[in-house]
Amino acid sequence: MVSVLIKIFGSENIELAEDVVQDALLRAMEVWKFRGIPDNPRAWLYRVAKNKAIDIIRKNKHNQTIDFSDPERQLLTSEYTLTPTMNGYWEEAQIQDDFLGMMYACCHPKISKENQVTFILKSLCGFSTKEIAKSFLTSEETISKRLYRTKEYFRNQKISPKIPSSEHIGPRTQTVLSAIYLMFNEGYNSTHSEELIRNDLIAQSMHLCRSMLNHKKTQLPEVYALMALICFHASRVQSRLTPEGKLIRLADQDRTQWNKDLITAGTQYLYKAGFGDSFSTYHCEATISYQHCIAKTYESTNWQIILYYYDLLLSIEDDPVVALNRCLVISKLHGPKKALKELKLLGKDPVLNKYYLYHSCVASLYEELGKKEEAISYLEIAVQLTQSKQEQTFIFEKIEKLKS
Amino acid sequence: MNEYLMIIRGGEDLSDKSPEEMQEHMNHWQQWMGGLAQNGKLVGGQPLQREGKSLTERGTKVTDRPLAEGKEMVGGYIMVRANSLDEATDLAKGCPGFEHDCTIEVREIAPMG
Repeated sequence: MVSVLIKIFGSENIELAEDVVQDALLRAMEVWKFRGIPDNPRAWLYRVAKNKAIDIIRKNKHNQTIDFSDPERQLLTSEYTLTPTMNGYWEEAQIQDDFLGMMYACCHPKISKENQVTFILKSLCGFSTKEIAKSFLTSEETISKRLYRTKEYFRNQKISPKIPSSEHIGPRTQTVLSAIYLMFNEGYNSTHSEELIRNDLIAQSMHLCRSMLNHKKTQLPEVYALMALICFHASRVQSRLTPEGKLIRLADQDRTQWNKDLITAGTQYLYKAGFGDSFSTYHCEATISYQHCIAKTYESTNWQIILYYYDLLLSIEDDPVVALNRCLVISKLHGPKKALKELKLLGKDPVLNKYYLYHSCVASLYEELGKKEEAISYLEIAVQLTQSKQEQTFIFEKIEKLKS
Repeated sequence: MNEYLMIIRGGEDLSDKSPEEMQEHMNHWQQWMGGLAQNGKLVGGQPLQREGKSLTERGTKVTDRPLAEGKEMVGGYIMVRANSLDEATDLAKGCPGFEHDCTIEVREIAPMG
């Protein structure tokens, strides 16, 4: 909805677009409370936003707020053409295009990579500043600054939301994909303390990825690979939590609960990702996830192949979190002692040092080695670094178990 | 490039048309004006309400209606850019107002002084 409104008002008027969405949602809360949710809530919201947009256009027709020099937007200034032109903006296919177009606009090469992803999550995915901060392992203040800078850039450059031409689409798709992946991760491992898994975010990221696959211009191998990866991860969602909402580790999950349809779908996407000449980190990660999905038990997982893909992954991109996961594979293959040695080296990375999973990994390796006191002290650091209640409970229980 | 005013007059009442017919008619306006805008010819334009007031006798007499009635009444205007009166006239030929029997007068905007 925001992307359609940004197209109508121009990217220099992002706040105006956000206000209209806010207004529409507030109206919905007021009206639906008394009359109940309408049959088609989406259409209802669109209609309210559309009417609001018409009001704003009429009010700002003769001032400089909105740039009407664009031929399409010029038609909004005449009553002869205002309504049909406005309706055109809200056609379903147009909304889809604008959404993808807006994602690409956010991924403008002149905007830094962090700012791109941050802005997509905030303006198009409805993320709170706090949620974005956790996904990036950084503070809310940093995120607010990034958002401000990006909005300024949009305003100054008047970037228009459209899907780039085929020669530019490759590198720009990368950023779009990392935003989708982050969105998925947020759903899979949420910062909201009440719910660890947010199915709405998972569904949104799948929907986004699918809409890219539905569009001829964006049917790229890495998009298929990411879709496969999301399907494999999502297939395990149900088995990750106990009925009380507590976290279950991969080793202890009930594999019969894994969603076979999603695994099948993921396998097909992974197969399609094999066509074409690009090989991405998503290809690697999807393959690793696939190996987990097809293993009958935790013990029979093919760790050798998984290690191979982790090495490949690190050769493409030096990511501390990937290196962290690799250490766990090493522990499976070569024992906790060797893994711990490598893990301690990684701990020098300042980003990783603030990441709760690093400390909880070190702790579990100490546990395997029978060194309870060291394990407890690392768990106590880990618990300080996560805001998720489920994760905290999980760690506290572990500490209790070690102490007894 | 000069600017020209298209004065759209008369035409049958559209209020008894079905919503579908009305929508189709408005789509024609959008196509025509959209074409003008794409070619950089459109300056602007608006339809007018039927109600109005007329001032006569140096503004001392005010009547509750436009002076011209029916066929003569101005229903809207469009301003365009064109190289000549002939080109502007050609542009006016596509106007959807003709679908309900409007007449159009095309006049060049005159520089004063």
